Amino acid sequence: MSAKTADKIATAVIIFFAGIIILIMAGLLGFILVRGVGHISFDFLTSAPQTIKAGGGIGPQLFNSLFLLVLTMIITIPLGLGAGIYMSEYAKPGKVTDFIRLIVEVLSSFPSIVVGLFGLLVFVNVFGFGFSLFSGALALTVFNLPLMVRITEQGMASVPQAQKEASLALGLSKWKTIKSIMLPIALPIILTGTILAAGRVFGEAAALLFTAGMSSPRLDFSDWNPLSPMSPLNPFRPAETLAVHIWKINSEGLAPDAPEIAAGASAVLILTVLLFNLLARWVGRLLHKKFTATK
Amino acid sequence: MAQSREKRKIKQHIIEEWTGKVFTSLCIVLLVVTIFSLVYFVATKGFSSFIKDGISFGEIFGGTKWKPDGEPPLFGALPFIIGSFSTSILAALISAPLSICAALFMVEIMPKVGRKFLQPAIELLAGIPSVVYGFVGLSVIVPLYRDIFPGQGLGIAAGASVLSVMILPTMTSIATDALAALPPGLKEGSYALGATRWQTLARTVIPTTLPALMTGVVLGMARAFGEALAVQMVIGNAPHIPHSLFESTSTLTSAITLSMGNTVMGSTQNNVLWTLALILMLMTFVFVFIVRWLERRANR
Amino acid sequence: MKKSLTLVMTLILTFALAACGQGDKSNNNTAGNEGGANSAANGGNGNTASELSGSILAVGSSALQPLVDQASKNFMDQNSKVSIQVQGGGSGTGLTQVSGGQADIGNSDVFAEEKLEAGPAGELVDHQVAVVAMAAVVNPDVNIDNLTKDQLVQIFTGKITNWKDAGGPDQAIQIINRPSSSGTRATFEKYALGTKTEDLPKAIQEDSSGTVKKLVGETPGAIGYLALSYLDDSVKTVKYEGVEATEDNVANGTYPVWAYEHMYTKGEPNEVVKAFLDYMVSDEVQNGDVVELGYIPANKMQVKRDVDGNITK
Repeated sequence: MSAKTADKIATAVIIFFAGIIILIMAGLLGFILVRGVGHISFDFLTSAPQTIKAGGGIGPQLFNSLFLLVLTMIITIPLGLGAGIYMSEYAKPGKVTDFIRLIVEVLSSFPSIVVGLFGLLVFVNVFGFGFSLFSGALALTVFNLPLMVRITEQGMASVPQAQKEASLALGLSKWKTIKSIMLPIALPIILTGTILAAGRVFGEAAALLFTAGMSSPRLDFSDWNPLSPMSPLNPFRPAETLAVHIWKINSEGLAPDAPEIAAGASAVLILTVLLFNLLARWVGRLLHKKFTATK
Repeated sequence: MAQSREKRKIKQHIIEEWTGKVFTSLCIVLLVVTIFSLVYFVATKGFSSFIKDGISFGEIFGGTKWKPDGEPPLFGALPFIIGSFSTSILAALISAPLSICAALFMVEIMPKVGRKFLQPAIELLAGIPSVVYGFVGLSVIVPLYRDIFPGQGLGIAAGASVLSVMILPTMTSIATDALAALPPGLKEGSYALGATRWQTLARTVIPTTLPALMTGVVLGMARAFGEALAVQMVIGNAPHIPHSLFESTSTLTSAITLSMGNTVMGSTQNNVLWTLALILMLMTFVFVFIVRWLERRANR
Repeated sequence: MKKSLTLVMTLILTFALAACGQGDKSNNNTAGNEGGANSAANGGNGNTASELSGSILAVGSSALQPLVDQASKNFMDQNSKVSIQVQGGGSGTGLTQVSGGQADIGNSDVFAEEKLEAGPAGELVDHQVAVVAMAAVVNPDVNIDNLTKDQLVQIFTGKITNWKDAGGPDQAIQIINRPSSSGTRATFEKYALGTKTEDLPKAIQEDSSGTVKKLVGETPGAIGYLALSYLDDSVKTVKYEGVEATEDNVANGTYPVWAYEHMYTKGEPNEVVKAFLDYMVSDEVQNGDVVELGYIPANKMQVKRDVDGNITK
């Protein structure tokens, strides 16, 4: 066999495998969307679920997912930014820094179920937050934090050294330099990464089963006082997210249309994640344009 | 006057400097505390089955019988450990060639098409929640295997198939990064010597990037090892070492999710489940160290 | 930088609110209707109920969750100042949390004595709110409609592995079991088999009724067991010792495979919790939600059973 034939065969094989991935992907998406999209309607997205009757929706679950995401991000973003900035700007190379870097790496590869169990033990039982949005948000923070740290580090590393030095030479403090010069430049990378990480939060179920719980108490959407127990904004109420809801109706659903609801909810979940990906790309491009244009 | 303004400026400068330092240090301390408490809590809970309930290491790591209700109760976790390893290794074996080919396709063969279709497709795969993977696995893969192979469709093969798709994005993105980071001179030199693309890939590109490619495979395996819900739905959950790939078995994660809610905290069986979680955690350390070792080799 | 971040956040929030503002309308409507119907049916209770206020957390059994969930919604409609949260998580979690004081009510499929040590179990007060019965189910292609206790024992202990030995077609038996920690399995083993069984190789174990039903319906030669509320045409229900699994047969004691659904409190319940537990055993719930959701009303039972399984008329 000549080298040319071998080359052709190898190229064909590689293209073939790449094609398989596209096929798997298309099949997967097609399967979920074809089964689910037909069930999506405005009513389905907004009405409350039914225990035994047909026609239940996923309104509270959708709200819970989004609210949990916001809560998680409120905790994760400042912490992650701070820790990431420390790692890239303040940490002195040495054993301690290496150790912290190792820790971040370990934390990022922890199985979500272990994080969930830790949440059950510490946030739910020891701290007494109970099964609540807050416990869930804390658990999600635990495994989103390392991701956020890495994203911030990457973003900071992308800032041209000259710009940083110029600012320091002008007599600005290091913190001011970081805040006003470096962060804006690093922003496109950080924001894109954050939105992608948010998509991950949206689909997480294993850790939430043990922390945010599997029930959605009746919500009173006219009550916006975060302290009242029926208010949707109360962070200390249990909340079932969309991903957990899919898991629950697949396993214990009594409603006659449970399979359709599961399919519809799966489709909604995927479309939302898709939306996040598109948003990340769009925001990234927009910011990139903005900052490169002003320069 | 001017002096005092100067002073104030310096003072402000120092305050700024300190806010930054204190804030970021606090964040990092919190991160470190979190992980230490995580390890501490899981470890103390995990060890209580040995200390409080007097179960021997040998029984858990060597025992093949899982009978928490038996007389006497037996807690052999070997079937779960074997199940976890065989499922995740098999998943990595399926996924590795696919992902490396995808990366080669995107970097070397058709970068334009790759970036336009394959890259978004793979990113989207990463965003699909594991619950949905499990659901699709149960509705499509299990009936398919049941019809084609002897057995009931559930088992290691079904679990590995679902996992292999789930870990595809992790592996592909790392492989793509590794290939893209290769200095162009290396390839050009090979082409200049008259080598075909395949010869260049097989003799130059792949050997040089091998440690980095392996990093991706190990990280993918680590993810497969820790995945819970999707696996539990398709593996069958019998606490036995299977004789074929199509026979019901369990993994560490599926054993935990299956019984954690049904057992009372502090009871022996519950403590043993925490021991399983501890094993999962320790395996994470092992995976991270393998990755570190590979990275050091890649940088040499 | 901060501005754009806030912008993104606000956008997300607005979208969420917009989606749910609509949900609120339909919610209120249905709630209003139900509330009206209930207070009409309830009549005199209105006065005392309106004074109640407080919150209740009920955690535990996923089999009992739908019932408590449904009843709590109606209870909250009648007592607007009471907030009840119902959590799943499994009987074990429920008993742990009520015993540890994190939850007011622990829902359980089994007697507390079977899970907890004698000490903590002694502190708990049992409230039996319903009865759940289970039936053996087989794949629709297995043409068998009765199994004796002996046959079931032999199947679930692996002594019979082919349906022809139990009077069926020549087909391998596939067991779809529950995990050994499951309350459903404990009930089935105790009252249908009369013996504990081991996990057999090749047997499939699923914790959720939905998955068990799906697998029994799809897998050739499969056998499993389900609570009556999950039975439908996708699986075939078999008689036990010639007795059909119906509500009447359970109530008069001829069909033995059933268990109580328990709601445990630590010590005697406080006023609000007591009112809710009383509501759970009131005729309104027992004849309404309980029946609707496929459980059997506790007050209909003509036989009683204690922890050790002794039956009294």
